[in-house]
Amino acid sequence: MSTPATQTSHADHGHGGVHPAGHVTSVRLLLTVYFTLVIFTIITYSVSRLDLGQFNIIAALAIAVIKASLVVLYFMHLRWDSPFNALALITAITFVALFIGLALLDSVSYQPLLKQTPAALGP
Amino acid sequence: MSTATTEETTQSHGADHPPFLAHHFDTPEQQNTAAKLGMWVFLGTEVLMFGGLFCAYSIFRHNHPAVFAFAAESYLNVKLGALNTIILITSSLTMAWGVRAAQLEQRKTLIICLILTLMGAAGFMVVKTIEYNAKWDEHVFVGFVNKYNGYNVDPYAQLPPAQPGPPTSELPIPPSPPFKQSAGDANAGSDVSKIQPRFNGPTGLAVPGAASEAAGIGNNDAQIEARYRSLSDQDQWRVSTFFSIYFLMTGLHGLHVLVGMGLISWLLYRSARGDFNSQWYTPVDLIGLYWHLVDLIWIFLFPLLYLIH
Repeated sequence: MSTPATQTSHADHGHGGVHPAGHVTSVRLLLTVYFTLVIFTIITYSVSRLDLGQFNIIAALAIAVIKASLVVLYFMHLRWDSPFNALALITAITFVALFIGLALLDSVSYQPLLKQTPAALGP
Repeated sequence: MSTATTEETTQSHGADHPPFLAHHFDTPEQQNTAAKLGMWVFLGTEVLMFGGLFCAYSIFRHNHPAVFAFAAESYLNVKLGALNTIILITSSLTMAWGVRAAQLEQRKTLIICLILTLMGAAGFMVVKTIEYNAKWDEHVFVGFVNKYNGYNVDPYAQLPPAQPGPPTSELPIPPSPPFKQSAGDANAGSDVSKIQPRFNGPTGLAVPGAASEAAGIGNNDAQIEARYRSLSDQDQWRVSTFFSIYFLMTGLHGLHVLVGMGLISWLLYRSARGDFNSQWYTPVDLIGLYWHLVDLIWIFLFPLLYLIH
């Protein structure tokens, strides 16, 4: 029982004899991730003040993805977890992407038709 | 395996089989890993549920960017949104720190972290309430409490008279809601300009526009109205859709925050009772995962809703 616990906690020494049943994240890493998230929040706010046209949404989403990855990997421990957990998340994200992508494709393809006949639109 | 052997196993393992370890698991670590996989599957379904709303958002924003730019820039307070982002990230940090404290059996640190997380959640809800309150005061809430709703034909009809007639002449007249319409209503369906706004939001609560000025958005009614009138006829109809999407997305997220507050309070009670130890901290771990997911959703909601051009 103690062998796997010792193995998983080797990344963070000095637990005072406690051998937790899982990986322990060091305070230093937690704080680093936290301040990175804060800095990225400031960056995304500042970038949104600039008018970059199409790149505004791309920059905002790219920063959001980076922030989300940091939260998932470090705060949510996925970096040290079983890959099965990542599989559950990746599957969900894949299907959301498919859902949004295909729905957008469909909607975009009939927009020109709708614009020709505004009377057909309704509220 | 018969019942007799199960009982025997339980008894014989009594010494090295702690009460929190279900006997179909070999080690606490295995038990924790299994529980986490279940939680991740649940979080996957949460992502799918929010995915539906993100899909609605994507389609409406892609097809009608001007509507989103108008509504978001006129009515959403970026500073409060950014403040809430920081609050949630901070509460995520304290939650992650709490999990660490539970793993290391630092009960005092765990309790402090949980209290801080709870305070972050409450702070988030306070800021959210201020924002929702401003929307209510400005008559851009949901349904009939939204002045851009299709039934309120000209949202600025009560302000200093602008162009007579509705901006929606080419569009079909919306059916009036049955409960307010008398049988022989001469206005029904004939002359749009005579239809009075059904509902212009609560009266006597606040001066329209005062909220946004007080909240520091810096728009006044004249600017908003000018911008609203510069939208195309069809886009004017769609403004209330932005608020439907905004309130659904932030509302469902806010509901998750409230649920999280309940769960964290329960954790607080159990950790004060001393239920958790280095071999069994699964509830702290799983509720922590849930809380980070709530943070994760907000990380996307903030730029998508507040930082629109």
